[in-house]
Amino acid sequence: MPETHNSQLTTQSSMLVEVRGLKKFFPVYSGFFGQRVEGWVRAVDEVSFAICRGETLGLVGESGCGKTTTGRCVLQLDRPTAGEVWFNGQELARMTDAELRPLRRKMQVVFQDPYSSLNPRMTIGQIISEPILVHRISQNGGECRDRVDELLQVVGLNPLMAGRYPHEMSGGQRQRVGVARALALEPEFIVCDEPISALDVSIQAQIINLLEELQERFGLTYLFIAHDLSVVRHISDRIVVMYLGKVVEIADRQELYENPLHPYTKALLSAVPIPDPAVEAKRERIVLKGEIPSSLSPPRGCVFYRRCPIAVEECGQGIPELREVQPRHWAACIRI
Amino acid sequence: MADLLEVRDLRTYFYTSQGVVKAVDGVSYDVRPGETVALVGESGCGKTMSALSVMRLVPKPQGAIVGGEILFHGRNLLTLDEEEMRRIRGAEIAMIFQEPMSSLNPVLTIGRQITETLEAHQTISKEEAGRRARELLHLVGIPDPARRLSEYPHQFSGGMRQRVMIAIALSCKPTLVLADEPTTALDVTIQAQILELMRDLTRKFGVALMIITHNLGVVARYADRVNVMYAGKIIESASAREIYQNPCHPYTLGLLRSVPRLDQPRRAKLDPIEGQPPDLWNLPAGCSFAPRCKFLVERCVQEAPLLRELENQHRSACWVAETLQQKTVLSS
Repeated sequence: MPETHNSQLTTQSSMLVEVRGLKKFFPVYSGFFGQRVEGWVRAVDEVSFAICRGETLGLVGESGCGKTTTGRCVLQLDRPTAGEVWFNGQELARMTDAELRPLRRKMQVVFQDPYSSLNPRMTIGQIISEPILVHRISQNGGECRDRVDELLQVVGLNPLMAGRYPHEMSGGQRQRVGVARALALEPEFIVCDEPISALDVSIQAQIINLLEELQERFGLTYLFIAHDLSVVRHISDRIVVMYLGKVVEIADRQELYENPLHPYTKALLSAVPIPDPAVEAKRERIVLKGEIPSSLSPPRGCVFYRRCPIAVEECGQGIPELREVQPRHWAACIRI
Repeated sequence: MADLLEVRDLRTYFYTSQGVVKAVDGVSYDVRPGETVALVGESGCGKTMSALSVMRLVPKPQGAIVGGEILFHGRNLLTLDEEEMRRIRGAEIAMIFQEPMSSLNPVLTIGRQITETLEAHQTISKEEAGRRARELLHLVGIPDPARRLSEYPHQFSGGMRQRVMIAIALSCKPTLVLADEPTTALDVTIQAQILELMRDLTRKFGVALMIITHNLGVVARYADRVNVMYAGKIIESASAREIYQNPCHPYTLGLLRSVPRLDQPRRAKLDPIEGQPPDLWNLPAGCSFAPRCKFLVERCVQEAPLLRELENQHRSACWVAETLQQKTVLSS
């Protein structure tokens, strides 16, 4: 299933990242010394998707759905339990750390919280030059300093800020530093893990515009992880919707928003507030019953079964396969 | 209708090593019985402090209410002694906080936390309090309330904890509930559940609700009136319909334009508000928003505009509000 799904979406040559049947289970220990494995949290369970060069793939879902773990597994920051991650024609999941190291230059990450992802004891200049020094990109200190100045300018900061510490900057400025650090190694691929959700509304649009400008300028490919569906629609070319470790729907941006198929996607879209009381008054809202079940004991059958407004008994029996309902539009639901 | 809460020229300052921070600087607003009012602004704009001032819970000793009046049922809360204030807090005015995990006591059962509030404010027997607690949990939609009363906060999910907070807030039948970012920590689908619940319950009991939030979208569906704060001041105030359709302050307009909207076609570029929110201890002369404003005129940097009425209760603190009004009408 995963092979056909990916290969039909993209031709082999334009594909930069491909994930096939990715699984990541975390053990839950019990007992006095915590030595007995009591169960497994199925954080990511059979996830497959592909990202073309220069494209932005949006990954949406609620907290605990496995979207961050998926991003970390793609970068091999967490090693997958099973499945394959292909990057530029090379399979990463079975590589050793030493084999991976040269490839890490090409894959970078921007984290959610610009407060905890920057070392408070390092200056901005040190933070940005660290990856340059670790990967021995610059020949000497002067060259490295020039590069830091250039990077700061690229992300819209004054080069004089290199001497400052993170606490002297606002949230938006810190996130720009996070982006500059990710760019330092001239990557091809950046995982943006909720890069704006910790920022004020008036600053969010600045960072979104910056990410888009950089993508155009450097030909970057993004995996954009977020829970805000309006932002994801703005920035993504294609969108993957996750629920409880599983992909429930994949489609091109416009198609997903105009013609959502999976009942979970529909509910998610209807829950997004629109800043206009006149529109809101006319809008019908699907308020889902209940809460996301624990991924320690996911329900049998379809993961969305217990909250689904259109579920039938059959849904509780088999796990629905992700299938191509319309061209380039995939959904995992037997009721479609 | 007589106002339930009238805040007049409230000033709450903080005295720090960097200087005086005017967190709330001459803020006035009203809440009428049974209505839902939103207070919208970014982090650090003073919206939380203006709510904590109403509860007289401003952190001491750095913070202090240095001026103004807070009239609740016509009584000035700022003149009450601590004992009188304690009787109002939780009983007549209740508060719901953003992070339900840190506002619930982790070592007390949910049942005890509800009965504690009841026993503090009402003459009520233990059995009666227990029965009320069960009713309240049922009311906020927690299944199997009898069993869940004996559980601890960590056994509840985020959405369920926020439901417990709502139960506690409503336990003594207050006339006003202040909700500080009640859904910010929750997922989108749970947010919708909690907001619908708050609306249904406040309507059912005729409770006035003030929602404090940074997200203009969240309150569009629920608020009757909206106050927008920036750098310690209310800069625009109007009915919800007015403020979304005819914003008359460049900041409100900027906020509305900078977020992508699902009901509109995708735009190629977002239209952000440039620059950063100002440091409250180092405010520019004139209008605080002037350094980021696209509609700047010379007067803005010299003289701070006051909140003034434009028409039918639509107030804006901007020198060029009228031209802005015409522009938005033309563009829409």
